Amino acid sequence: MRAIGIILAGGNNYRMRELSQRRAICAMPIAGSYRSIDFALSNMSNSHIQKVAVFTQYNAISLNEHLSSSKWWDFGRKQGGLFVFTPAVTAESNFWYRGTADAIAQNLTFLKNSHEPYVVISSGDCVYKMDFNKVLEYHIAKKADITVVCKDMEPEINVDRYGILKMNEESRIEEFEEKPVVARTNTISCGIYVVRRRQLIEMIEKCIEEDRYDFVKDILIRHKNMKRIYGYKLKEYWSNIATVEDYFNTNMDFLRQETSDFFFRQYPDVYSKVDDLPPAKYNIGAHIKNSLISSGCIINGTVEDSVVFKKSYIGNNCYIKNSIILNDVYIGDNTHIENCIVESRDTIRANSYHKGEDGIKIVVEKNDRYVI
Amino acid sequence: MIKKEMIAMLLAGGQGSRLGVLTSKVAKPAVAFGGKYRIIDFPLSNCINSGIDTVGVLTQYQPLRLNTHIGIGIPWDLDRNIGGVTVLPPYEKSVNSEWYTGTANAIYQNMDYMDSFNPEYVLILGGDHIYKMDYEVMLEFHKEKGAEVTIAVMPVPIEEAKRFGIMITDNDKQITDFEEKPENPRSNLASMGIYIFSWKTLKEALLANSDQLGLDFGKHIIPYCHQRQAPLFAYEFNGYWKDVGTLESYWVANMELIDIVPEFNLYEEYWKIYTKSEILPPQYIADDSWVERSIVGEGTRIFGKVYNSVIGCGVTIGKDTVVRDSIIMNHTDIGDGCELNKAIIAENVTVGNGVKMGVGEELPNETEPHIYSHGIVTIGEKSVIPEGITIGKNSVVFGVTAASDYPEAYLGSGKTLIKAGDES
Repeated sequence: MRAIGIILAGGNNYRMRELSQRRAICAMPIAGSYRSIDFALSNMSNSHIQKVAVFTQYNAISLNEHLSSSKWWDFGRKQGGLFVFTPAVTAESNFWYRGTADAIAQNLTFLKNSHEPYVVISSGDCVYKMDFNKVLEYHIAKKADITVVCKDMEPEINVDRYGILKMNEESRIEEFEEKPVVARTNTISCGIYVVRRRQLIEMIEKCIEEDRYDFVKDILIRHKNMKRIYGYKLKEYWSNIATVEDYFNTNMDFLRQETSDFFFRQYPDVYSKVDDLPPAKYNIGAHIKNSLISSGCIINGTVEDSVVFKKSYIGNNCYIKNSIILNDVYIGDNTHIENCIVESRDTIRANSYHKGEDGIKIVVEKNDRYVI
Repeated sequence: MIKKEMIAMLLAGGQGSRLGVLTSKVAKPAVAFGGKYRIIDFPLSNCINSGIDTVGVLTQYQPLRLNTHIGIGIPWDLDRNIGGVTVLPPYEKSVNSEWYTGTANAIYQNMDYMDSFNPEYVLILGGDHIYKMDYEVMLEFHKEKGAEVTIAVMPVPIEEAKRFGIMITDNDKQITDFEEKPENPRSNLASMGIYIFSWKTLKEALLANSDQLGLDFGKHIIPYCHQRQAPLFAYEFNGYWKDVGTLESYWVANMELIDIVPEFNLYEEYWKIYTKSEILPPQYIADDSWVERSIVGEGTRIFGKVYNSVIGCGVTIGKDTVVRDSIIMNHTDIGDGCELNKAIIAENVTVGNGVKMGVGEELPNETEPHIYSHGIVTIGEKSVIPEGITIGKNSVVFGVTAASDYPEAYLGSGKTLIKAGDES
């Protein structure tokens, strides 16, 4: 075990609109049976990183509950383990986490008490699959102080919501801008970093002295000329659920065979907390095309080009198209839902009509539900 | 000092020979059911839902799949510091080593295991029935009646009664007599093979009869207790209970799950059935596919048409394939353009493109007509069926078969093709 892991799962993102009212971004359900943080966690576990700290803060209840048992991701309890750090009042400080670097700073003993030489930091709201050992070897070969995993985006894609980097021929990062109005390259930072543990402790201690709180602005960008910061290009699928559109598109990506094969039919697996739900049931009148259906669902209507999450009930004569139905939703008969994201635990009355006209409509409807 | 009020002993050692090739390499309690479950999940889930956290599972016949499935009992919350689930195979002793020769003999050989928990009561269960039952309620009945042995019974239609062990009771439900498969049954209460014993009674009865060959509960222990005039009571159970011992009853029980409101409801929140889930991803249903009146497990991809069927986890159904009235177990791949009718296909089978099953007239099976009947086609686990083969009804295939095994690409109705065995 050469590295310990840190997953930053504390932030909020207002561009997720109503969806972030219910849960932390990293607890957003993805691809039917998973939550966003499962990808980072599974990658850590599959890369044999046995000790992982998860920093939670905003709307942490469902996330903490999801992480309550480390056994689903195979984190050994005697050697290593899964540590969930939510801000706590101590003798030294009673602040919430004021930024990504501050979160690490308030839990510096976690880093100090470990003996592994490297730290892999990942944000929890990215959907990707990688072996961190490859980045670690690259980091060691380049004698880097920090390695930033990055990805070339397609030219048409608008990159102004990402961190943009420019590397020289040896992949050393020369420029790093956070969310620039005019981007100079299309290489974005994936939010995944490898640092030497002692180095990280030093940099964080400096941040504490200077009252600086953000990992990207105060550590990466500030030190880019003084430290050897290198970029590692990620070629496979990577997506980040920062906005409602990104979240919607990421889920829809799983309808494509290459993406779902890459994540689900290639070793190693992605793990998640097991929910003990019965198999999906398709009654007469069920008509499914090009969709993902999860366990525990009972379908009586038409579902096209959609992702239906766990334990949802779709009534008779319904028409669901191009939508995401989150967990435990009850959709009454004769309902039309198109271009929508239906929030989890909603109860939608019969004969409803919801259609997203310009972009995705988020449907939040809580009516009384009569349990049979 | 450890003391458990009630522990359960689950008899899971049987072969279930009437399931034919489905149990050639796998014990009957480990056979898949309802898409993602295995038969043993039902008694195990009943135990934890009834508050019993100590279960001994007695294995003997082909226990590998069963052992892997049970593990340390995590899915059923049976991974405990004290108690939990323990797999109990027969073991060598310094004298008198023997296999388990009968149901009660198996329990007798595990006396030390049971003693270590100092129980008040012991629950004896079989591992091969599909049902939901709160054993706690049965225990309360046992205590209330001051019984030493309580036998769970089910009312059956009087015409069927001669197939079972029948209990004759008085008004207070005390058992006055019993008969095994009687020609003229005096009552319609059939024994379910589920017993609660007060530990002292069971221990004494086992020790007194330890020399009996093939020591069995129904044949020896219960009559012994009755002779000693120990209070025996019958606990009447009125829920869904299915014995899935034959291919036909196994098929019917699976099919009952896909009714609009199935009699056996897997979707009930408060009495969940737990299982070991290896596969998590959601199912993918493609364009041009059709799934109707079926249940489908996780990770399955359907590109064809599925009607009235029970599909397991990690299954692939190819394009233009039509599956009707069938049961397909985990990790099986069905190629493109196939037609399956009333087939039971076991785990990890590969079916090539253009294969047709269950077509043609129905003829009795040539080797085992009482096992392979009712028009069902059975394919054993890990079999391979090459492209373009047609298989008739009441047939069975088991093993990696090649085109050369099928003269004119056809296996007639009632034929048996078994190629599995030790590799030479």
